Amino acid sequence: MAPSVLRSVELIPSGAQILLSIRNLSKTFTSADEPVHVLRGVDLDLAGGERVALTGESGSGKSTLLHLIAGLDAADGGTIRLEDTEVTRLADAGRAELRRDRIGLVFQQFNLIPSLSVADNLAFQARIAGRHEAAWTRELVERLGLGGLLKRYPEQLSGGQQQRVAIGRALATRPSLLLADEPTGNLDEATADEVLALTRDLVARTGCGFLMVTHSLHLAGTLDRHIVLHAGRIA
Amino acid sequence: MKRALWVLAVLLSHWRRHRMQFATLLIGLIAATALWSGVQAINQQARSAYDRAAATFGGVRTATLVAPDTATFPQELFIKLRRAGWPVSPVLEGRVQINGRSIRLLGIEPVTLPVDVGNAPRLGAADLGTFVAAPGQTLVARETLADLHEGEGAAPSISSGARLPPLHVQPQLVPDVLVVDIGVAQRLLNKPNQVSRLLIGKARGKPAALQSIVGDQLQLIEPTAETELERLTDSFHLNLTAFGLLSFFVGLFIVNSAVGLAFEQRLPMLRTLRACGASARLVNTVLVVELVALALVAGLIGLVCGYVIAAALLPDVAASLRGLYGAQIPGHLTLRPEWWLAGVGISVLGAIVAAATSLIKAIRMPVLATAQPRAWQQRQRRWLILQSLAACAVFAVASLLLFYGQSLIAGFGLLAALMLGAALILPAFLEILLLTGQRLARRPLAMWFWADSRQQLSGLSLALMALLLALSVNVGVSTMVETFSRTFVGWLDGRLAADVYISAADNAQGAAIRNWLKDRSEVQAILSGGRAETQVQGQPVELLGLPDHPLYRERWPLLETAPRAWTQLVPGNAAFISEQLSRRLNIRVGDVIEVPAPGGAWELDIVGIYADYGNPKGQLAVNVAALIRQFPQTPQTRIGLIVSRDNIPGLIAALQKQFALDDRAVADQATVKAESIRIFNRTFAVTSALNAFTLGVAGIALLTSLLTLANSRLPQLAPLWAIGITRPRLAAIELTKTLAVALFTSLLAVPLGLLVAWCLIAIVNVKAFGWRLPFHVFPLQLVELVAVALVASLLAALLPVLRLARMQPSSLVKVFANER
Repeated sequence: MAPSVLRSVELIPSGAQILLSIRNLSKTFTSADEPVHVLRGVDLDLAGGERVALTGESGSGKSTLLHLIAGLDAADGGTIRLEDTEVTRLADAGRAELRRDRIGLVFQQFNLIPSLSVADNLAFQARIAGRHEAAWTRELVERLGLGGLLKRYPEQLSGGQQQRVAIGRALATRPSLLLADEPTGNLDEATADEVLALTRDLVARTGCGFLMVTHSLHLAGTLDRHIVLHAGRIA
Repeated sequence: MKRALWVLAVLLSHWRRHRMQFATLLIGLIAATALWSGVQAINQQARSAYDRAAATFGGVRTATLVAPDTATFPQELFIKLRRAGWPVSPVLEGRVQINGRSIRLLGIEPVTLPVDVGNAPRLGAADLGTFVAAPGQTLVARETLADLHEGEGAAPSISSGARLPPLHVQPQLVPDVLVVDIGVAQRLLNKPNQVSRLLIGKARGKPAALQSIVGDQLQLIEPTAETELERLTDSFHLNLTAFGLLSFFVGLFIVNSAVGLAFEQRLPMLRTLRACGASARLVNTVLVVELVALALVAGLIGLVCGYVIAAALLPDVAASLRGLYGAQIPGHLTLRPEWWLAGVGISVLGAIVAAATSLIKAIRMPVLATAQPRAWQQRQRRWLILQSLAACAVFAVASLLLFYGQSLIAGFGLLAALMLGAALILPAFLEILLLTGQRLARRPLAMWFWADSRQQLSGLSLALMALLLALSVNVGVSTMVETFSRTFVGWLDGRLAADVYISAADNAQGAAIRNWLKDRSEVQAILSGGRAETQVQGQPVELLGLPDHPLYRERWPLLETAPRAWTQLVPGNAAFISEQLSRRLNIRVGDVIEVPAPGGAWELDIVGIYADYGNPKGQLAVNVAALIRQFPQTPQTRIGLIVSRDNIPGLIAALQKQFALDDRAVADQATVKAESIRIFNRTFAVTSALNAFTLGVAGIALLTSLLTLANSRLPQLAPLWAIGITRPRLAAIELTKTLAVALFTSLLAVPLGLLVAWCLIAIVNVKAFGWRLPFHVFPLQLVELVAVALVASLLAALLPVLRLARMQPSSLVKVFANER
């Protein structure tokens, strides 16, 4: 077993159930007719309820790894298993279903729908999934402090507020796994701390797994585990 | 299903926040559907009228037997054929004058009338007895009854003094026709035991050969799918369709622009939807459903607008068709369900075509594609090259059509190829102009002006193409109409030689008027004319009797003549031929034409060709005395007078008093001329209206493109604002840029429009009407049209520019923030 796998797997609390299991994952892009090996055999396990930070220099493959887990892109080799589903075997429709029902996604750019109000943005993934729970949405609104903003549109919100809406939207379906790609990248330090604290609480409340890509070692230190990706491999 | 509805709700929420964009999308679809459907409604109305005309007791859609050389033949031939088992039915046709108006009279034999001939069975079944038994009936369309100023049941008298059987309205009947029993027709037309043609129904067995019964006295005319009227009016309808199609495409340019912008703006939304678990298939399906739903709504509104447009234009179209071809079209609109279905269909199809590029992009879009706002505007340079190559190919097709095309369709094909080629080459032409400007510019702001105009070009090119097409069509059609108008007025001056025109009610009144005029000292000359009808080589031909008078020799508008043409006309064995008939029959000066006359074939040497604008029928002009000798039934009711100008009002008043003539029966030259010009102007009112519509739609296309661009212009403009150029100045620069490209486009539209005019005059008109006009250019009119185009562009540019001038600094600052 490779040392990187040892590091990523051995730290899972004993007895914890594996939520996400990645083996020998590889991905290559072509840039200016040259192949760029972004991921070179990544192995990673993540337990249910576990909160993991993924750091690494720019271009190390952090976002690509996250996108492959979410089924936003297809891997060239290796496997990704989320609970009992092998993500790497799914077609587009299956991957869409996986995201809809079992994964929550949070992006650096918030990616809210500008033409929907805060209330509609919060609810719309749950509605698409057919799992809209009014009580849970109300709780999310309360915990995220969005009560007075429900009728506003994204452009009328600050960055921190927009990210809180994005987190709420991602958790509204009670996903098994929350994936966040530099969710605090556009926020100041205090707001970033506040948003991440809220996210940690909510993740604990739902019991889902949490994998966050970040550049901040400070924020990475606040999660259960910290993994470093270097040159396409777990360092 | 619920999931799809949620995705649809999300997609639709975009329009709630972008109402102007939504409005432009709907306007584009509505304009495209309305103009196309309006034109189709008019064409459909006209075609159903032609069908009615064709179905009137055996038009060209029924097999007939006619005499090869004479207009009528003895009734015994009909009896012989019936006895031999031929299912024939006799028809006698002629013209009668009622209240000074010439009208077609058809005599039929209802008992033998074939069941499959037009609307005959409906006439015969119910009222057969009343129709046949004395006093009989005169079947008439409601429109004709109104034109004759008669009521149902009236029995008006014709010019010979005989009375028609009582008038009875028959709704299926085409206007301008009176239908009576054949016996009545023979009496009224003074053609006892004569028949014009025999209609052939479906035979039960196989009758004996025609020749064995009647020898070569009759010849069989097979039915044709297209009537003479349809053939003649094809060009008119093709012209309307071309306008409709042009407006439709210009409307689609608007749709393309609005959908393109919406797609770019919704890219992040689509990506988020996919990221949140909506599958690509679901999102794409809902995108198509949304588009189709919008197209259905816009299509229905467009159809209502199309109906209104058609209803507004129909009276003018009917007047045009009557004036140009003698076609009778009812002035009210009746539409079939197919029209509604086709209208909605074309709206949906048009929307899908206009949105195809965006839909394909959406279908191919990978979920992780980085948002490239306005990437669709950054048209690659290779597109310019490809488009220019396509333009060259289209111009090559145009050249082939010009040199080898023989038909009217080829003429319109040439026009279409010219315009398409010009539209395709326009962006390259503008690119070269703007690049030259950029290279010549020295000051930084001027350099930016040209460079930025070039960058904007790809986003504006579709709208500019629309402007080019609309303007060149306007220039072309206006030049043609103006040329026609001036030629027509000059021609009228020559043609209306007499000072006063009289139309007597009948021959007796005509003779009385002539006698009375002989004693009037103010009358310098009495010029009697006459008209008869016949058929030459299967085509209806009008024979016009001209008096031999120096005034005619001086002024009659001859295009080509043989030496001493007028002198040759006098003995009665020579004729002038109208330009359109000479082209149709391929007859030139020096040829001989044989005209079937009641007394046998009449041979005429062609000694001149004359212009006869606006006459749907071919015409031969002969000496009036010779005409009356050959056609003794020619009504002698038309009289022209030469009178000194001062005496005209007094003479007209005296004529009206003496013979109880109304204004239609006696008029001076100025009145007749004014009426002719009024009819002429009405004929082109439809063209002018469609011209204006097309230019208006092109203006809207430009507005939507500019609004579209305005949203993406901030990143280009904000840095200039940041370095100290005020918002009003930026707005002024933007306005100048728009007007500059519009001016360049308009300047290109002028030569293109003149080329269009030349094609219309030298190719399309000749094929369609049979006459060729001299080609004139009217510089003032061109300046006026370019000015109108610039005003339209100014109006289109004003809204986005005003927005920019009033824009809050905070909006400009956002460009520099990451939050954008």
